[in-house]
Amino acid sequence: MVQRLDYLKESPSQTAGPYVHIGTNPNWVEITGVWNGDLGLVLVGPDTKGERILVTGRIFDGLGKPLNDALVEIWQADADGLHNSPEEKRGRADPHFAGWGRQPTHRETGEFRFETVKPGRVPYVDGRPMAPHITVYIVARGINIGLHTRLYFADEAAANAECPVLNRIEHPARRETLVARRGEEGGLPVYTFDVHLQGHHETVFFDV
Amino acid sequence: MSDHKGSYFQRDRDWHPPAYTPDYKTSVLRAPRQALLSLDNTISEMTGPVFGHDVLGPRDDDLITNWAKTGDAIGQRIVVHGRVLDENGRGLPGVLLEFWQANAGGRYRHHKETYHAALDPNFGGCGRAITAQDGSYRFRTIKPGAYPWPNRVNDWRPAHIHFSVFGHAFAQRLVTQMYFEGDPMIWQCPIVGTIPDKRAVEQLIAALDRQNTTHMDALAYKFDIVLRGRRSTLFENRMEGN
Repeated sequence: MVQRLDYLKESPSQTAGPYVHIGTNPNWVEITGVWNGDLGLVLVGPDTKGERILVTGRIFDGLGKPLNDALVEIWQADADGLHNSPEEKRGRADPHFAGWGRQPTHRETGEFRFETVKPGRVPYVDGRPMAPHITVYIVARGINIGLHTRLYFADEAAANAECPVLNRIEHPARRETLVARRGEEGGLPVYTFDVHLQGHHETVFFDV
Repeated sequence: MSDHKGSYFQRDRDWHPPAYTPDYKTSVLRAPRQALLSLDNTISEMTGPVFGHDVLGPRDDDLITNWAKTGDAIGQRIVVHGRVLDENGRGLPGVLLEFWQANAGGRYRHHKETYHAALDPNFGGCGRAITAQDGSYRFRTIKPGAYPWPNRVNDWRPAHIHFSVFGHAFAQRLVTQMYFEGDPMIWQCPIVGTIPDKRAVEQLIAALDRQNTTHMDALAYKFDIVLRGRRSTLFENRMEGN
């Protein structure tokens, strides 16, 4: 016999199911008046520092149908590469930028859309800079455990080429699944990040 | 000495459900098939949003009254309470819990719901709480009903409450469900059955807690939630500031 380690086990995940919005976005499913507004709809205000951008995309199942019942969360650094979190030890993040957003995918089109700022660079474990990125977390009916991935920016080719995380992806073609293409909409840069759950273009998901 | 400021313990993927679980049919087209890319925790995953008590309304933790129009919600009145811990057994303060559930008849208030059971005009089905310094939380609700769902011809979900949990880092983000002690339908459910280990399922079954019932008011169920633990930094080889 040896001494017991006495670690607990993490509670196992279960799917968020088709009714996740009742708990996360009740106003969006007409359960109004319980709380003032759904959390995470707005990331930026007039005083937020940095370049305003739009982030949009859809999540496709294995037959190419967009999920119209998913929930997408994003988490990112501010324009200077700092996170608005007590665990951020490198400095104080922009107090006018929460860095976290959450949206249900659209009931008909399956689209999600965030107005945010372009994040600055954040160091990897060994101190090398990672390319600017946004952490993306997806839950939905049929997804047993939340999916973690990252959005990178197509106009950051040099930073992407040296990003230690992107370079851990063995097949270069799969790195491209994390790079959002850039366009323009109403004078703002819009980055489109389509997520493919299966198939030839299956998005790289992380075990973080 | 262990100050638990290091990276998070690796997630035990054999304890969680795999992505592809054909008895839960919707997973078939929504399960990634490629191996996940293993990623050492970076600052992006070791930080996470913080929610203060200012986001909560006065009745977020009382589903019996927080959407009531003409009276209390109908059903077995219960208090759900417990602690949010990490794998080191430490209570985690400041954790935002969001919960949602069907009404006493098993019906959700949602545009996609097709079950015949009646809506309760006094029940919305959502609530929130933030854990106290010792990781404890509590809320009051009604016990949700079981309900049929379109999977196999005659599948029913056992009574359950959904939980969304924000820990101190995005690496701890967890969505799960709570079941009720003594319910035989737990062991017939394909969604519960996505969890490969019976002991892991048992971790999601709240115990009937007769010590904490409210006299002439509510039964109590105790439900602890465990999020990933952190390593001690004592001998960890990391750059300053990581």
